[in-house]
Amino acid sequence: MPDITVLYFAHLRDQRGLDSEHLSTSAATARDLYRELAQRHGLSLPERTLIAAINEVMVRWDSPIADGDTVVFLPPVSGG
Amino acid sequence: MDDFQVTDQPIDLAAWRRRLDHTQAGGLVIFEGVARDHHQGRAVRHLDYQGYAPLAVRTGREILASARARWPLLAALGCHRIGHLDIGEAAVWIGTAAAHRAEAFAACAWIMDEVKARVPVWKQETFADGTVAWSQGTVMRSEAPQ
Repeated sequence: MPDITVLYFAHLRDQRGLDSEHLSTSAATARDLYRELAQRHGLSLPERTLIAAINEVMVRWDSPIADGDTVVFLPPVSGG
Repeated sequence: MDDFQVTDQPIDLAAWRRRLDHTQAGGLVIFEGVARDHHQGRAVRHLDYQGYAPLAVRTGREILASARARWPLLAALGCHRIGHLDIGEAAVWIGTAAAHRAEAFAACAWIMDEVKARVPVWKQETFADGTVAWSQGTVMRSEAPQ
């Protein structure tokens, strides 16, 4: 199983209680990973409100997860 | 210095302003977004911003590059603050310079709209009654084909 890093921001950081974590996952895609984490940790934001990023690049939800990846699920933004 | 920065220190407004100086410029437009003391009728005590800095910087640079491609700009710069902000502090700074004011105004407004839609930064308000809430925000616009 790939070993990855997940970074959390804003609502998701509060809900997870962590800035980041390293984990092994059986998830094949960004979507699978979010569903796994949401179920495990009670993350409430629906996928349609999030953008997935892998290794600092915004990606599609069906993008594959690989060993060593850094994955982020970006909540609705509120800069400015 | 990079054209778009994310910083956890107070934005040096005078230093950014100096970077707009250009002998061919006929107009400089600066937008400062500042921490205000109210939100939807409730008193706000302070703000805290989080940002995904690497992606925020890259996206900010892309926005500035798009603006330069769209308007004849002599300069286009931006900076977003993260961390704890007291009321009145600048949260974001956007500056443009052009030979004529119309381009500088249009580009500055467009850049700020793009920053709000695309740069991964999140604002949390702490209200006078002690409650804390993330701004509702807007679903991030991704450049990735979905």
